[in-house]
Amino acid sequence: MRTILYIIQKEFLQVFRNKSMLPIIFVVPLVQLIILVNAATFEMKHIRISVVDFDLSGTSRKLISKFQGSPFYQVQSTSFSYKEAEDDMKMGKVDMILQVPSGFEKQLVCENHAKVQFVINAINGQTAGLTNAYSTMILLDFNRELVLNNSTPAMTAGLRDIQTDYSYWYNPKLNYKTYMVPGILVLLVTIIGLLLSGMNIVREKEIGTIEQINVTPIIKIQFIAGKLIPFWIIGLFELAFGLSIGKLLFNIPMEGSLGLIFLSASVYLFVILSFGLLISTITNTQQQAMLVSFFFLVVFILMSGLFTSIESMPQWAQNLDRLNPLMYFIRIMRMVLLKGSTFADISSHFWSLVIYAVVIISVAIRRYRKVA
Amino acid sequence: MKRFRGFVIKEFYHIFRDYRTLLILFGMPAVQLLLFGYVLTNEIKDAKIAIYDPSKDVVTRKISEKILSSGYFILEKNLTHVSEVDPVFRQGNVKLVLIFESDFASKLEKYGTAHVQIIGDASDPNTANMLVNYASGIISNYLVSRNTGQVPMQIIPEVRMMYNGELKGVYMFVPGLMAMLLMLISALMTSLSITREKELGTMELLLVSPLRPTQIIIGKVFPYVFLSFMDACIILGLGNAVFGVPIQGSILLLLLESFLYITMALSLGILISSITSSQQVAMLVSLVVLMLPTIILSGFIFPVENMPWILQVFCHIMPPKYYIIIIKSIMLQGNGIRYVWRETLILMGFTSLFLILSVKKFNVRLT
Repeated sequence: MRTILYIIQKEFLQVFRNKSMLPIIFVVPLVQLIILVNAATFEMKHIRISVVDFDLSGTSRKLISKFQGSPFYQVQSTSFSYKEAEDDMKMGKVDMILQVPSGFEKQLVCENHAKVQFVINAINGQTAGLTNAYSTMILLDFNRELVLNNSTPAMTAGLRDIQTDYSYWYNPKLNYKTYMVPGILVLLVTIIGLLLSGMNIVREKEIGTIEQINVTPIIKIQFIAGKLIPFWIIGLFELAFGLSIGKLLFNIPMEGSLGLIFLSASVYLFVILSFGLLISTITNTQQQAMLVSFFFLVVFILMSGLFTSIESMPQWAQNLDRLNPLMYFIRIMRMVLLKGSTFADISSHFWSLVIYAVVIISVAIRRYRKVA
Repeated sequence: MKRFRGFVIKEFYHIFRDYRTLLILFGMPAVQLLLFGYVLTNEIKDAKIAIYDPSKDVVTRKISEKILSSGYFILEKNLTHVSEVDPVFRQGNVKLVLIFESDFASKLEKYGTAHVQIIGDASDPNTANMLVNYASGIISNYLVSRNTGQVPMQIIPEVRMMYNGELKGVYMFVPGLMAMLLMLISALMTSLSITREKELGTMELLLVSPLRPTQIIIGKVFPYVFLSFMDACIILGLGNAVFGVPIQGSILLLLLESFLYITMALSLGILISSITSSQQVAMLVSLVVLMLPTIILSGFIFPVENMPWILQVFCHIMPPKYYIIIIKSIMLQGNGIRYVWRETLILMGFTSLFLILSVKKFNVRLT
């Protein structure tokens, strides 16, 4: 036990002595948390549209002002040439072109129906889908008004209406920040944890100091415990710090029990740090270790369900995602913090993490040899 | 010149004999592109919903059927009481709950109107927003088809999705992945390879050799220009062959722009290495400072226009943002240099800025 304490002391000394490491471990992630949480939003505020109105009738003007009046839209330009509008789209100045063909109003009056065109820049499929949904909604609304203003009660007698109310639970204002803070915090803790532990042993290998440790009577378990515990403490501390910032700055809800969060976090950090150790034992240089960690980080992060939903992945990818520790922990964080889920609700995720931890630490210990 | 050639050859040896790094360097972009191309979609399908339907009549059944057959939703559970909504959300599978009022059809007939409530689990606001939109869209479609023939006037939208008719997610990810991987490989690998020489002490040997400092730096960077360029080609080729991401514009222009971006990233790598002393610090700087911002602030995933203005200012100093704009514009929209000259100039500006800074910072003496 004394031996482990000495190794822990040594590791802490090494971390705290390095003046350029400290800000990277503690300050940069928190600054990033504050910045990135504000950036990570899918909210659509200003859909910039270009209006090409060939009809210039009362109805077309009303339709356009309907779009103008919506807080989601911002009329960027009006022109009489479709070519010009398309050029604006190519330049990236507008997201959608609203084109009203000539003879629009006449057709509407004579034939009872007429067409308008939405031309949407769909490079980003998701925003294009939302733009389409919003625009259709506005048009439906406009249609309803049109009918009410231009028809007699007898004509509308047969019409039926279903009123849809919607409500958003757990986050009624669709505040992206409360959704992002737990996720991004997990990312930052993961990146720091994986890098610190992944680089650690391999660094000793590269500099040659590992041999000095190898000739001491320290046994494998002591060495690995001594390496893991300091980063484990740093990680938990960082999580706590990040959570308090999330509470103070972004006022994220904490519906569930904090104890449950930290219980899961300690298991999760153990998984990540052991993963780093494993990388450290199978590589020879820091450069290799870094590349391997980077590879796994990108895959883990992008498949974690933070940015895209896991349900829409193909089934084989969802099965593969069971190997992604981040996925479990981000789910746990969100469920507990935002929805107040209890241990029973998260138990399957929790036990998955526990199994993960046991498996990966035993592999890491097996792979680590006390030879150069 | 001959000395310089020898030096470059030495660098290539360093890289090529480390087969693990090499495998990662070339395997990583390929694996990631394949993985993400198949896996990451922003479309939503098969979201689990729960339905509470106390009336169970023709209309509610018809609506539920329409919703379940749309492909967006699958039924997870039929609720028997309103109070079950909260626990069903807490378990975490169900994303949307649909609540019909009782005697739905008869109310619709009698009063001409009936109520349905849609509740989304907004602990994931994005999905909730989309799902609620889809569901209410399906209901209003049902309404429109029911009312046909009776509506006196109607404007019908004709929607055209430009550049990406099927709304594929890969179209976003190919440019994003290129920007991210090229940045990290170039910036990281160079900064590591230079600090490594410092850390191992071999930098001094190089400095006392007849090679000039600029030659050392260029020699160090040169192999990585080559490697990154090959990576860019792998991503472009795979994106085109496997996922059908088109290259509408000129390939030559695309490659030239990629070359410019790689040079920019390499000069950033040189800058990082000249201000750090150990590999660990260089690495942490590259990863922590570059990785998340490149993913989040570059327009890779989140559209820049929707961010608060102060963050948009940050976005403007992220070089990957400009590269992503450039390649999207060339690849997907088929634009020429006329549309991207401004972004190109900005990238050139970044490159020279980083180079000037690193020349100023570069020390011939180490201690």
